[in-house]
Amino acid sequence: MTLLKVKKIRREFGGVVAVNDVSLALTEGETISVIGPNGAGKTTLFNLITGLDKPDAGSVMLDGHDITRLKPDKRAARGLARTFQNGRVFGNLSVLDNVLIGAHTRQRAYRLQTPVLGLIAELALAFVQPPSWREERQRLRDEAMDILALFSDRLAPRANQPAYSLSYANRRRTEMARALALRPRVLLLDEPTAGMNPTETHEILEFIRALKQRGMTILLIEHKLSLVMELSDRVIVMDDGRVIAEGLPNAVRNDPKVIEAYLGRKQWSVNEHEQEAELPKTTVNPALSAQRLRPWARRARP
Amino acid sequence: MPDITLRALLDQTINGLAIGNIYALVAIGLALIFGVANLINFAHGSVYMIGAYLGWICVTYFGLPLALTFVIVAAACALIGILIERFGLRSLQNSARIAPLLATIGIAFALDQLVQILFSANPQSFPSPLPSQRIQLGGVNIGWLDVLIAGMTLAIAAALYGFLRFTKLGWSLRATAQDREAAQQMGVDVNRVNATTFAVAAALGGIAGVLIGMYFNTVYSSMSYQATLKGFAANLLGGLGSVPGAIVGGLLLGLIESYGVALLGATYRNLFAFVILIGVLVFLPSGLFGKRRAAPEPLTGTFVSNSKPVPVPPWLIVAAALVAAFLPAITTNPYLLQTLTNAWLFSMLALSLTLVTGIAGQISLGQAGFLAIGGYTSALLTMRLHAPFELSIFIGAIVAAALGTLLLLPAFRLRGPYVAIATLAVGEIINQIILNWEGVTNGPLGLSNIPPPTLFGLQIITPTAVYWFTLGLLIVAALAQLRLVRSHLGRTWRAVREDDVAAQAFGVNLNRYKALAFATAGLVAGLSGAFTAHMYSYVNHETFPAATSILALTMVILGGMGNMIGAVVGAVALTTIPEVFRFLAEYRYLVYGIVLVLLIRFRPQGLLGTI
Repeated sequence: MTLLKVKKIRREFGGVVAVNDVSLALTEGETISVIGPNGAGKTTLFNLITGLDKPDAGSVMLDGHDITRLKPDKRAARGLARTFQNGRVFGNLSVLDNVLIGAHTRQRAYRLQTPVLGLIAELALAFVQPPSWREERQRLRDEAMDILALFSDRLAPRANQPAYSLSYANRRRTEMARALALRPRVLLLDEPTAGMNPTETHEILEFIRALKQRGMTILLIEHKLSLVMELSDRVIVMDDGRVIAEGLPNAVRNDPKVIEAYLGRKQWSVNEHEQEAELPKTTVNPALSAQRLRPWARRARP
Repeated sequence: MPDITLRALLDQTINGLAIGNIYALVAIGLALIFGVANLINFAHGSVYMIGAYLGWICVTYFGLPLALTFVIVAAACALIGILIERFGLRSLQNSARIAPLLATIGIAFALDQLVQILFSANPQSFPSPLPSQRIQLGGVNIGWLDVLIAGMTLAIAAALYGFLRFTKLGWSLRATAQDREAAQQMGVDVNRVNATTFAVAAALGGIAGVLIGMYFNTVYSSMSYQATLKGFAANLLGGLGSVPGAIVGGLLLGLIESYGVALLGATYRNLFAFVILIGVLVFLPSGLFGKRRAAPEPLTGTFVSNSKPVPVPPWLIVAAALVAAFLPAITTNPYLLQTLTNAWLFSMLALSLTLVTGIAGQISLGQAGFLAIGGYTSALLTMRLHAPFELSIFIGAIVAAALGTLLLLPAFRLRGPYVAIATLAVGEIINQIILNWEGVTNGPLGLSNIPPPTLFGLQIITPTAVYWFTLGLLIVAALAQLRLVRSHLGRTWRAVREDDVAAQAFGVNLNRYKALAFATAGLVAGLSGAFTAHMYSYVNHETFPAATSILALTMVILGGMGNMIGAVVGAVALTTIPEVFRFLAEYRYLVYGIVLVLLIRFRPQGLLGTI
């Protein structure tokens, strides 16, 4: 069952097309990685999916519902959770508080949506705090502690410390805990291991793998190809705002277009005879004919 | 409908352009500072006012020729600008973005009071030294002053253009405006650039002040505040940070004001600027010529510096409350009781502000507006409808909450310094409405003979009774607010403060929670304002001036943003300490301004730390 469907989504910033007619479909339980060089438009794509940015064209469907016009908070209520590329925790809030914000949409008070009366009701509830309210608060608290426990002893002992005092890796973990507290239908992870050392990266890898095993649907932006290879059911490669390749991890890895996107086009001012010895083990782009290389041959050599 | 002849239209156009030119001069200075130093300078109007007063002295007391006056004013104001940048703001370069904004507010406050102390608060007459005949120019009737204004503005604009386009320092300015770090790496002395910018902006402001003084033949102490707001309005209209935009914005503002005054009357003059301000903020935040920048980062999230609150043991709080409660049993000194009563009333205002700004992260510079609405509503209910005080005070609070929040609704989509400006404007709009809606509010005369507060039939008029009632109100309000802040609602508010983008991503509807914060704050502040009105039995548009909002902000920062105990401590400190130092009474507000600047510089987390 297709859970998330993005159709020909497009975003322009004054002449620069950041996301150019990108489409993707995420099935329930699937993990898709979005990779590509910097500036390819991956985070912009995430922003468009989560509602932080408005597309110039195209649509986003979640669970069959068109959410293109919805603001981010409404999308969160429908089960879309995300982490941010540079880690946006609530610095002055405790770790536990951070996670409890993740559960915001799951509270009963959240359903009081009528414009004015809902506001007054929420205010009254926060003031009166009836037993049902208190019971829910305790239940959510216990749940949050359970989520923290998923990170072995990284977060749980620090539950009441302010998030700004945490190490970078722990802050990223807090972000993930917060996202889990929302009980998402689709989890969007934006470079969850950015800036982490190999040990930390491995921990996150195992964590995401565990989430996968529990059936979580994940959309992942990552630069570390080892993670991508191990976790993804499918990989989407973006470059310059477009999807240039899509498919199974291994197929994508060897796709010459993908290699070219990452490594650039090799400009060799030699004839084909020398060429063979110098190139690494990749398939040569047939467009690199000797004919087209001739102008470069005229350049002075040091 | 007044008779609109072509002649009258032309006259109003000339008027509008003349005054628009002056606004343009003010706005250019603001645009330069915002573009280069990337900060909103609330002290700009104060420099403008200083220029006006200096010009007045030169012309009226020393009888100096006009040209020399302008040179002196420009030089003196440039010096002041340099001093402000060097001593008030330079050390804040690496602080959170909100710090310089608050510092300029403190500086503005201090400078305004300084002028008031030196020259008295009364308006001074400033006769224009120019010949008074009018010139006939192709069917239009203009004065020498109009010619002077137009000429000066043209000359200044041309000089500025030349400076920015053709001189090395000018290029440095533009480079710094585009990318400060890159400019620094290219060897630009950013400090020198900042100082130059402030000097130029201040000089322009000072000149504009002199011209306005001559135009209206008067200098007065609330000039600065209006100039700041109008400068913002012109700037926002043209596009924040854009010098050509500032010129166009200023001219447009002048024209709109001129036509508006012709249609509706002189008392509405200032209202237009504020309406434009709000209108632009809501519908066209980047202005006519501004670049469509990405939304600015929210300010308070980074200012609530990562600090831990100083732990205050609960028994201490209870003990303090008990001492406060039993104080009248120990002493019946009415002076002490009245001072503390004021302290309690201000504490409620500070509590309301710390909720909105400290906990929810929405900078509010117009909190006094809630006081005014609460005060007037309660007074009118008891006077016109003979409602009992026990009921009117609560309805006053509710109306303050509802109306205040409603007026602020358009500002919720704003971020960063724009919110501060919007709240300032709304606070001023409330004052203007009170001033002009004579049928209901009695205009400048205010409401007198407001019935005293009562409780179950007993009048609350003795100092002791008043003291106990306000203390009771404070304790009830504080406990209620504490309960809310400790709940998930409080947590949500703090999330909005910390990172509203992340908060939204997890289901927090920003408008809803901002509205809740302002509404709750409005309830508390409204109660305070309502009681004040009945306590004084008189209220007018000057009972809750803009200075009160700034004072509340100082109290909140002194105590620690978001820290409720801190809010009370700050309020008590700033209400009672000046009484101890009676000899400082005249300099009270000057001291407040200086305190604010020092706090921002040396202890932004306040005495008790932020929560």
